This record gives sequence, C-alpha cells and structure tokens, in this order.
Amino acid sequence: MRRLAATLLSLAAFLAAWKLLTVATGTPDYILPAPEVVAERGVRAIGSGLLWEHTAVTLTEILLGLTAGAATAIAVGTALGKSVVIERVLSPYIVAAQSVPILALAPLLDIWFGGGLLARVLICGLIVFFPIAIATMVGIRSADPLLVEMFRSLGATPGQRTARLEIPSALPVIFGGLRVGVTLAVIGAVVAEWAGASSGLGVLINIADQGLFDTPLMFVALVTLAVIGIGLHGLVVSIERRVIVQS
Amino acid sequence: MTIEAARKRETAGLPVGLDAVSVQFAASPTPLEALRGLTLDIPAGSLTVIIGPNGCGKSTLLRVIAGLLTPTTGAVRIGEGTDGLPLAGDGRVGLAFQQPRLLPWLSTLDNVALPLTLRGAPATDARPRAQDALDRIGLGNAASLLPAHLSGGMAQRAGLARALITDPPILLLDEPFSALDALTREAFDGELQRLWMDRPRTVVLVTHSVSEAVRMSDRIVVMTARPGSVARIIPVDLPRPRPATLAGDGAAAGIDTATRAALAEVHPPELAPWLDR
Repeated sequence: MRRLAATLLSLAAFLAAWKLLTVATGTPDYILPAPEVVAERGVRAIGSGLLWEHTAVTLTEILLGLTAGAATAIAVGTALGKSVVIERVLSPYIVAAQSVPILALAPLLDIWFGGGLLARVLICGLIVFFPIAIATMVGIRSADPLLVEMFRSLGATPGQRTARLEIPSALPVIFGGLRVGVTLAVIGAVVAEWAGASSGLGVLINIADQGLFDTPLMFVALVTLAVIGIGLHGLVVSIERRVIVQS
Repeated sequence: MTIEAARKRETAGLPVGLDAVSVQFAASPTPLEALRGLTLDIPAGSLTVIIGPNGCGKSTLLRVIAGLLTPTTGAVRIGEGTDGLPLAGDGRVGLAFQQPRLLPWLSTLDNVALPLTLRGAPATDARPRAQDALDRIGLGNAASLLPAHLSGGMAQRAGLARALITDPPILLLDEPFSALDALTREAFDGELQRLWMDRPRTVVLVTHSVSEAVRMSDRIVVMTARPGSVARIIPVDLPRPRPATLAGDGAAAGIDTATRAALAEVHPPELAPWLDR
C-alpha cells in the first residue's frame, strides 16, 4: 500500500513538473505538448483503434524477439560458461556483433531476411542476446566449487551437474541479464521497424513526427513504449521472485 | 563386545590402503605440499579416527580416499582385487563434509534425497527414504525447511543423513559434528557408534577432539603437521558400546594421555607457547 502510494506520488510529481515546464516556457504543443494534451490525443488514438493496431505489432515483435533471443542466449551462455575453448572461439564474434551498431545492421538484416516479421524478430533477438548470454556465462561459472565437488562425489553426470547445480546457481545472474534484455527488446523492435516496416509503434513515431507533425501522437507512442518496457520488466521481476528461492 | 568380536562378524565395509601418498598443490611462489609419503592401511569394517594439528591435510586425505583428488605420487587402493583405484562418485564412498554443502534452493528433504535422485530414483521412492533418514536423526520436522533456515548443527546432521542414505561401504566423516553443542554431539557419537556396531562398514572420522577420538575409534591415527603423514597409530582396544564419558576408566585415560602426548610432539613449534595453558 505504501509502495503504491509512493509510486503514484512520484508519477503525479513528474506530470506536474512536465506541465509546469510547458506553462513556464510557453512551449507550443508541436514541440513539447502538455501532459493533458498527450492524454487527450491518447484517448482519441485508443478510441479509433489506431494505437492498438500499432501496439499489437510491436508487442508481437518484442515478445517473439525476447523469447528467441533469451532462449538462444541461455543455451549459448551455458556452453560458454562450461567450456573455455568454446568461449575463446565464439566470444570475438559475439562481442563484434554487439559492438557493431544495431542501427547499421538493421537495414541489412531487413534485406537479407525478407523485410517481414522474421527480420524484425531477428533484430530484436540480436540486441537482447548479448546481456543474457554474458550473464548466463558468468552465472554458470559462479557455481560454488564445494557444491561442484559434492556433485562429483555423488557421481552426478555432466548433464545433471548443469541442470541441477549450475543453472540453478546461475539463475539470479541470468535474471539480471533478462531485466536488461527486456528493455533492450523494446529498443530493438523500434529500430527494426525503422529499418523497414509499415506498422508498429516505431512506424507510428515516424509518421506522427515527420508526416503528420502530430507531436502529441508521437508522445502517445513513446509513452506506450515506456509502459510496455515497465510492464515487461515488472513481469520478469515477479517471475524472478517466484523462481528464485529467497534465503 | 570387543573389537575382535565386531571384526569377526560379516563386515559391510571395504579396506582402504594408502601407500606413500604425496599431494602437492600448485601455488606461488612454491607448491603447497599437503601430504608427504603417507602410508596407512585401514581394515575393512574398522572405525579409524584421524587427528592432527590444523592444516595437516586431514581433509586432503579424505578427498584422496574419495577419489576427488589424485595423489601427486603414491598409490591408493579401495577393496581387494583389480578395480582398486578410488573413483569419485562410484557409490563406494559416502562423504559428510565439514561444511554441510546443501543446495540452498532445495528443501532439507530433497537435499537428503539427492544421492538417490541423481542415481535416477523416482521422487516417490527417494522422498520417503529421505524422510526416514531425517526422522532417524531427529530432523523429521525440518524436512520442508530450506537450508538457510537450519541451524549449523541441523545442517550438519542433514549432511550426515545424505551421506548415509545410500548405505556406502566406506564412510568418510570430516568433523561431522563440529557445529553441534557438546551434549548433542555426544548423543550423535553414540548413535554413530550404534549404527556402526549394527553394521560395521569402514568409517574414517576426522576430529579435533581427543575425547571423541578415544570414545569412537578402533585406533587413532595421529598426523604430523603439514606436509601431513602418519606420526603415530594408537590402538584403542576398549569394549563397546562406550559411554559418553570414559572418565575413571584407566585404560581410556592412558590412551587419552598417549594421544595428547603424540599431538604435542607433532604440534607446529610456533604454536608451542599455547600448549601448556
């Protein structure tokens, strides 16, 4: 209850500061719309179905990209964590892929993979991959050596060691990577849409900003992206609380 | 009952032989020598106590017997016959560690059942056996607790239950009761003695307590300071079951004195000023 009150209070303070800024500077709505203008535009966009149409597309990309990226990252991260040879061989490519700006890669991937949903899921998955793979690798290696020895003494197979000791040991760190990953997934989806798409919140931002000069609508799209990010982050945190044993 | 009588009955244990075993760990600037030329024969079904100064390689010795560590030089053999090399996890050795080493995310019950489930036993079979094992050591009510909610002594008892659940022919106990209060410890020593008399498997018990050594063992192996080897073997031929206190027992007092004298001899000289206090 107190936490909810604190959250609402900070939200109210944020909106008040925003409103104050627009009033004090007299900034016109096409540069910085006041919060109630954005809210009114949001209600209209919801009513007309415009917002949901684009949100559904982006949300699909995010969820598929996140799932594919995280699953691959956990598998690859486990292999990296278990084998120094695999880490030596693969890590230059992984770091290189992460270091090349996704903004530059996105148009290429869009062309290579046919410009459809697949291309956008790949771009989104690629940006999600790195933090989760690294977190998994670090987590796998953090398994307590005393417990590893105990598993040896009980004759555990390498598979049992991974599934029943190393991955459970790594979970807190993996969830840390997932928290970073979900927010990057939102960015990845927008970047992918900018590289070539006809719908989605990233497209809506472009249309509102450069086509319609409808800055309030652009803000509606931005707020929606933020809400998706907060929602998914919250989802990861609540799964984490259920999965990880508190001691 | 005398030791001879116990030995004559069928033993569930295997003999262990160590021949000039040395262990060196890579360390800088010089390698760390944990054991040097340690030779020891542990008869099947005997209860041997290892005692010695801090850091003399007692835990290293147990890890060598368990097959967790290969000696740098020297040979180890378990049992008679050809497959005498120790092999970690082959089921012949049960280990109770100094630190209980429980998985923090499993209940106490599932931790104790772990050796069974790792061997592929279904949970429906392993859990009742683990519950039995917990009941026997007085932890029945703690079955659903996570290790973080156990006291140090409770966690050690759970570790012991886990080591016993597969009924291994060789049981290696590394100060298994060090976190227990004195009375509980004596009760568990008594329980362990009874378990062993029922079914004399080979037990190697590491302790720092001379009185525990005298009460429990067939013979006390006193180790030298690092690098560890055998300094003295003191036979303990007292009738069993032995009570918690052997005060007033002349033979026991003699063994106690001999053990303390042997320990004082091997004590690192830098600790000598504390010995007489």
